[in-house]
Amino acid sequence: MLDPPLQVTEAKFAQDIHAQKGLTCASCHGGDPTKADMDAMSKAAGFRGKVERSKIPELCGRCHSDATLMKQYNPGLRTDQFSQYQTSVHGKLLAKGDTKVAVCIDCHGVHDLRPASDLHSKVYPLNIAQTCSGCHADAAYMKSYGIPTDQFAKYGTSVHHEAMVARGDLSAPTCTTCHGNHGAAPPGVDSVRNVCANCHVFQAQMYDKSPHKAVFQSAGLPGCVVCHSNHGITRPTDAKLGTGPEGVCMQCHAPGDHCDVARATMLAGLTQLDDSIKGADRLLGVAESSGMEVSEARLQQDQARDSLTKARVTIHSFQPPLVNQDIQAGLKIAAKDLQAGKDALAERDYRRKGLGIAVIFILITLVGLFLYIRQMERSPARG
Amino acid sequence: MQLITHVRSWVDARFDWAKLSEPLRHKTVPIHKLSYWYFLGGITLFLFGIQVCTGLLLLLYYRPSANEAFESVQYIMTRVQFGWLIRSIHSWAANLMIFTAFLHMFSVLFLRAYRKPRELTWVSGMILLFLVLGFGFSGYLLPWNTLAFFATKVGTEITGQVPVVGHTMMVLMRGGEEVTGATLTRFFGVHVAVLPGLTAFLILIHLALVQKFGMSLPPGVEAAAKVNPAVVREMKFLPNFLLREVMAWYIALGVLGALAAWLPWELGTKADPFGAAPAGIRPEWYFMFMFQSLKLIPSKIWRIDGELVGILTFGLAGAVWVLLPFLEGSGEKRGGTLIRGVGVFALCYIVAMTIYGYMAK
Repeated sequence: MLDPPLQVTEAKFAQDIHAQKGLTCASCHGGDPTKADMDAMSKAAGFRGKVERSKIPELCGRCHSDATLMKQYNPGLRTDQFSQYQTSVHGKLLAKGDTKVAVCIDCHGVHDLRPASDLHSKVYPLNIAQTCSGCHADAAYMKSYGIPTDQFAKYGTSVHHEAMVARGDLSAPTCTTCHGNHGAAPPGVDSVRNVCANCHVFQAQMYDKSPHKAVFQSAGLPGCVVCHSNHGITRPTDAKLGTGPEGVCMQCHAPGDHCDVARATMLAGLTQLDDSIKGADRLLGVAESSGMEVSEARLQQDQARDSLTKARVTIHSFQPPLVNQDIQAGLKIAAKDLQAGKDALAERDYRRKGLGIAVIFILITLVGLFLYIRQMERSPARG
Repeated sequence: MQLITHVRSWVDARFDWAKLSEPLRHKTVPIHKLSYWYFLGGITLFLFGIQVCTGLLLLLYYRPSANEAFESVQYIMTRVQFGWLIRSIHSWAANLMIFTAFLHMFSVLFLRAYRKPRELTWVSGMILLFLVLGFGFSGYLLPWNTLAFFATKVGTEITGQVPVVGHTMMVLMRGGEEVTGATLTRFFGVHVAVLPGLTAFLILIHLALVQKFGMSLPPGVEAAAKVNPAVVREMKFLPNFLLREVMAWYIALGVLGALAAWLPWELGTKADPFGAAPAGIRPEWYFMFMFQSLKLIPSKIWRIDGELVGILTFGLAGAVWVLLPFLEGSGEKRGGTLIRGVGVFALCYIVAMTIYGYMAK
């Protein structure tokens, strides 16, 4: 193995999935590994030496596009990476001679290349954003492309990043989820809805029913991104429907117009349901801390919360009657739970009153017993 | 009153009730400055009676299977008329019974009531204390909630550490390698049939021995009485002492009612055998001193497993405690001082470790 400065040590290469599957230096660099002299590295022996950046995707594709060959190693692995790469922005620019763009080794590493399921792999879900940011957050490196370089910083503030890093949800979106990996490209204006719909299925269905869809399409606006932004997407709150700093509707609509009225109606419904659920929660909490058994109502509260979630999804239809259906269903459950909390507290008070009466009877009996004993022991005949 | 007289003469004519109740009518209880400790045994017995009554009522609705146990207790607490009261009293009375049983044991120890001829009264009482702890351990699992499930898992695991027979005992208790519905069924059977049967039998023996030997006088009072017999007066057991005992029972009943109304026993969440154990899992308070001690013991003492050393030490201490009256020997005064010292140490240790267990994170 080659020592520094070439940096390929036996220990490093041992970490490489290719080494573990029995591949050697010659598999990529050519040459004849059976010969010990310099003939092994002759052109006649097929020695390639250092592979040019522009040739790397093709080199990797020699094996990775060969379904028959790859089946021997990993039957589950796709074999379209090279063809996908050719459709990507990276691949297209490389074909035009731009060698600054990402090639296989930039994302996967080289000589210690690990499978994507390996925690230390550069393409392990938790590491992907960091890997992409290696180029895309480097303003100097990206200057010639004229695209923003704040995606990584914005993604770090997003709800998707929070899900991935704080909650450890590896299925949460990272760069490749929306942009693709080998075929990486920015989703076009028309396909944003489809990209988001991969996960947010119901929101997308509601959006399809909404008047916004046609309007956004004709105006060339990128669907979901108009209200939610893209890389820095934050956890949406009901305030998005409001008129405050978080509100988005009034960016396009005028106060008092038909849509403003619909917005206010939907927001009022959501607020009412949210308040009702919180009110019932509070009362059930008091009942619980008094030792009352209200787990059934607690369970039903989850259904009320589900209705609220459903209503928030239905918002994407921008049709108040549809939203109202979910809100009314939730309000009905929350009212029932509130009553359960009131009943529990009434029962608690009834028990405490009962206890008070029982204690009075016990005290009377105790006093009676005490007097009886005293009287009995004063009488010499019985004491 | 006429009816009572009729019934009494009817019984008398057939069973000679007057003769049968003769020992009770002649039984007396000494009166001195420490007499109030005599009430503890009676209060423990009263609480046992409460347990039997409330337990029988709970049996009407309780279902001993992993699928139904939690829901049946929930049903008792929410739907059955006064079910909440019965379940809460059963849970609180269980804890109070264990508390008063411990107090009774220590009062007997410090008043040295275990001395000749009452050695077997002590032994039967100690076995009763272990049975009461068994009631607590087996009953804790029956609602099949998360805390009880994992506490039972830890508790039975500790049993599994006993050398040679440990694993077999653990499997026997659990009805398999894991805590499952089979464990619940076993614990239920032990709780409602085996333990009550054994306890009732031992209570009869214990009471018969108390009746046979009467109430013990503390050594100090006994010595003072030899000099001045007027120091110790006597009262009749029937009705004088019994009526006072009834007053103590009434107070216990009031305390139970207050606890049930103000602090109803929680049910928690249904046990999920596949779920993760909640943080800070710990046993009931009466096992806390042992649990905390086992936690503090290093993993290895010399080359022996630390937990094993702890279990063997507690086992040995328990055996020594049962045989305490026989260890006092002939040097009664020196032996008594030593036993009192050991008793004070044990009491301080139990209290300190219990508090530490609750404060430690």
